[in-house]
Order: sequence, then structure tokens, then C-alpha cells
Amino acid sequence: MYDAPLDLYARMMLIRACETQLNDVFARNLFPGYIHSYLGQEACAVGVCSLLGDGDKVVSTHRGRGHYLAKGMALRPMMAEMFGRASGICGGRAGEMHAADPAIGVLGGNGIVGAGLPIGAGAALGMQLDGAGAVAVAFFGEGASNNGAFAETLNVAAAWRLPLLLVCENNLYAEMTPFADTVAQPRVAARAAGYGLPGETVDGNDVFAVRDATARALARARAGDGPTLLELETYRWGGHFEGDPKKYRSRDEEAAWKARCPVARLRAVLLAGSDADAARLDAIDAAAEAGVAEAIRFALDSPLPEPERALDHVYAA
Amino acid sequence: MTTKTYCWAIIDAIREEMARDDRVLLLGEDVGAAGGAFGASRGLFDTFGPARVRDTPISEEIIVGLGVGAAMTGRRPIVEIMFMDFFGLCLDQIANQAAKTRYLYGGMFSMPLVIRTSVAVEMGIGPHHSQSLESWVGHVPGLKVVMPSTPRDAKGLLKSAIRDEDPVIFIEHLALHRMKEEIEDGEVLIPIGKADIKRPGRDVTVVATGLMVGKALAAAEILAAEGIEIEVIDPRTISPLDIDTILASVAKTNRAIVVTASLKPFGFGSEVAAQIMQHGFFDLDAPVVRLAPPFTPTPFGKGFEDFLNPTADKIVAAVRELLA
Repeated sequence: MYDAPLDLYARMMLIRACETQLNDVFARNLFPGYIHSYLGQEACAVGVCSLLGDGDKVVSTHRGRGHYLAKGMALRPMMAEMFGRASGICGGRAGEMHAADPAIGVLGGNGIVGAGLPIGAGAALGMQLDGAGAVAVAFFGEGASNNGAFAETLNVAAAWRLPLLLVCENNLYAEMTPFADTVAQPRVAARAAGYGLPGETVDGNDVFAVRDATARALARARAGDGPTLLELETYRWGGHFEGDPKKYRSRDEEAAWKARCPVARLRAVLLAGSDADAARLDAIDAAAEAGVAEAIRFALDSPLPEPERALDHVYAA
Repeated sequence: MTTKTYCWAIIDAIREEMARDDRVLLLGEDVGAAGGAFGASRGLFDTFGPARVRDTPISEEIIVGLGVGAAMTGRRPIVEIMFMDFFGLCLDQIANQAAKTRYLYGGMFSMPLVIRTSVAVEMGIGPHHSQSLESWVGHVPGLKVVMPSTPRDAKGLLKSAIRDEDPVIFIEHLALHRMKEEIEDGEVLIPIGKADIKRPGRDVTVVATGLMVGKALAAAEILAAEGIEIEVIDPRTISPLDIDTILASVAKTNRAIVVTASLKPFGFGSEVAAQIMQHGFFDLDAPVVRLAPPFTPTPFGKGFEDFLNPTADKIVAAVRELLA
């Protein structure tokens, strides 16, 4: 949990630096596999996760680095995992779409759109049975809201009043298809009413708005009043994956959303207040950049996993 | 010793394990107040209450997903998918999530999840309720698959499954639910991955699973009258397969037949046959025979299943042919 505006800024900058530098590494052909960039959505992860404790669980998606870093996963082992190295937090077995750290309640990413929702409900059931006031958060994209897992999860979570936050990052594009082209009701939060739980649409590029909505949802969940669907309106700066030519949207649209950059907006708020001056924020930026660069070097310098390790962990030893 | 039906043996196993470990939960359609669609959770709701014995909506994907998430947060869930034919609705949670979580994350999570399900072969309920799909899940690394053929095996294997740290698909044959057997009153634990020789014999090894075990034993009686002694082996666990017990038998008999309700192509019988031929080739006097339903869905009308499925008579005929 972290509340100070400068801490929120630092975490968002860490994600920004991570995603920016990974794109650069990818462009230089040094990255194995695909990159599903979190650029542009930083306020969503930080706004939600900054209010969670280590006992609270997070289930992520294929676009999960923002969630991992916002929840407090150590940068170096996370980065090494992205590169599939032996020093990765999962030994290089999980890769770019998955990472987990049970010590801080990160229950993993997912390569299957929507599959984390039922697992999040299961974790919330575990929290409900524990009775200690912890919650589970299931992140998903608006594309997953057209999946059957979404419907099943909303229904059960509401019926059982599970301590679950259903956090939809609506970045407008389900892979390469505009979300609005595939639905008659593009307001994801509106679906909550049909299942009997509260739904709220929030400016996902305003970290304070995200935090306020999250705090309300957490209070409900921790009080035993059940789940909340939060729809965070945001924008995926990159394509579905890096290299996606993004023919399905205009450069004007991208520019308009970049003008609503969540990091720049927080920076402007901080500069307008009395907590920070430009030099202090620049120092935070530089520290984030340096930390990420060091982590990427660590990853690239780390050995590949021994191939025979592929046979480990299929079953309990 | 107490005489128990297969169904009550299952209830006893769940009851004993829920009493022993309060992390054990039971989730599924009709498992609570109704006592189970087939009566296999009678009394558990009253004993353990609605927090631990939960009726779910008809939502197979989240039934399994609830189990996955609860297992990742310290519970030991038993989830029920009423018929194995419904696995199509939740296969992602089974094959991608439950099965791979330990592996993907380098052993950081255990997955103590039991997925109970029923195979209703020869119950006459038509093509969406009659499939024996153990071969589907046998193909998924990370899953264990058990298929008991007697009440005692059902009890002992279910208790072991609940205590296992890996996801176990527990396949019940509905046609066996009323089968009776004497079971000792103390703790019954049968290890997963260990075959059982249901009847010793010297002439032909007959590997049979689930409902087919009884047919093989009936065939053995008929053949014994002719002086032919078949050895009936029930693997009990589909995966991991106890091939050693089977190979030891083949080394003695030099002939093998595999009898399954799983369809013949790409099925469990094919795997057993391949392993026998790979590891026991020089013990064999004849090719391994697979007795299994042909490559067709299961129709409803009476008579179809007898035509399609292995029967005691078909096993007898196959043994005679193999020895001819």
C-alpha cells in the first residue's frame, strides 16, 4: 500500500520506463517473443494496486507488467522472466504474458483472455472463507467482457457477495477490433446492473479518480457487501502487441489520447501543488529509467534456463 | 467391515476428509441441499454447512475456476462437473489453468484441486451424456486422472485425491453407483498411480478400466470354465499410468487386450498398447488388441450401446481369438 502522491508518480514512472525501454529492446530485436505493452494505462494499475496490501490478491492478464510492478513485484526477477531467463521469477518458464509472486499476492497473468476472472472469484472465495478482510482483484480488458467467463464470474461473485474487485481496463480495442464494433452496449459498467452488483465508470487516466473508486469498492468488499465492477476508461498506446500496424485506428485518435497521458497529468498536478518541483520529479524519472535499464541489463546478462528444467514442476515433487 | 455402495463410499470419503481438514470444500451443481444430482453428497450440506458445501449455478467454467482460485489461496476444493460430457464448457480452466499453474510459475503454487465427474456409459442417456473422455484429460500434463471400478477403490482413491497437491480428475462411472462391496471401517487410502490385479491369471492379460473391469471379470468366469485363465488388471489411475504392473503381467502371459469405454482411435487403449509394444515387445506372442467403441458418437436408443461397446462376450471372443 502506498498513498503519497510522489510514490504514485514514482510507480507510474517505473511502469512507463519499463514499457518504453522494452519497446526499444524489442525494436532492436533483443526480445524473445511478443510484447503486450501497458503504455498509457499506468494510472489504472497504480490507482488500484496502491490501495492493496500484501494479503490482497491480484489476478492479471496477458498485459500484466503494470499490475506486477504496481503490486510490488521486484523489478529484476520480473524483467528476467519477461526475457525467459533462469533468473526470472518463474525460472523463465512463464514469459511475457505470465508472472506471479505469491508473497505479494500476485496470482499470475494469463494467456487466455477472460480466464483470470473465474480464478479471481476463486481467490475471493478463499478470502471470504479466511474472514480476515482481504480481497481479490481481477483485472481484465473490455474484450474479456464478451467472454462467458465474465458473465459467470459476475453472477457468482454477486450471488455469493464475494470480496472481489472486477477491474475492467477499457482501452477501446479488443485485440485489433474496436470494442464498439462488437457490442450493442459499449458501456461495460452498465452490465453490472444485470447481475445485481454496482458498476462504475471512471477516468482510468486519472490516478486519483481510480483510487477514489477503488477505495469505495474495497470498502464494500471488506465490509462483506460484495463485488464491484469498475470500468476504467483508458487507451492502449501501442497495438495489441508491438509490431501491430494499428490500421484499425487513426493517428489523430492516438494523439488525442496521448494528450491525456496519465503520467503527464499526475506530473502537472504535482507541479501545481506544493509537494514537488520539477527537479524532484526529474530525479524520480531518472531513477526509474536507470532502474529499468539496469534490470534489462541484468536480464540480458542472465543465463538461459537449463533446457532439462523443462521437465520440472509438472507435478509436485 | 461394512457393506457400502460405490455412491456411499464416495460420500464417506468426502465426509471423512472434510472432517479431517477444514480447508476441504465441495462446490458444484446440486451438491448442497439437494444432496447431489446422483445423491453422492447426501448429508454433507447438513453436516458442514453452506460455507463449505456450496450449490453453484449451472456455470461450469466458474465452477472449476472457483476451485483453481481457492486452491491457489490455501483451500483444498472438490468441484463437481456433473457429467464429463460437460468438460467442453470448462476445459480452459482444467487444461490451461488448473493443470499448468504449478508448472508455469516454477512450483510457487500447489493445486490441490479435485474435479469429480461422472461418465454415464451404458445408462442410455444419449450422445451428450454418455462419453468416456478420460483420454482427453490423460493427454494434459499436470493433471492426474483416476477412474475407480469398485466402491473401495472409489473411497480410497478419492481420499488420496483430496490429499494430493496436484489437480486430480476423479471419474465416477454412474452405472457403478449401486455396486456394493465390503469396506474396512478404518482409514482407506489407495495410492494414485497404482494398478490393481483384480483377478490373477496366466494366459492373457486383460487391462480394463471403470465399467469394463466388471465385464472383464465376467469374461474371466466364462473362460475359466474352458480352462483359460485371464489376468484382469485395473490401472485405476489413467495418468500417471502404472505400466510396470501391466508389463509384469505381459511378461507372464505374453498376450494383452485393453478394454475401454474410451473410443478406440487416439484413446487410452492406444496408449497402453503402445507402451506394451515399446517396453514389452519381446514378451509378446501376438499384437496387443484394443477392445473399445468404434469412432462414433453414442446414440440413444436401446441396443446401440451393446452393439458399440465392449461386452463380456466380446472379451471372451477376443481372448479365444488371441489364443487360437
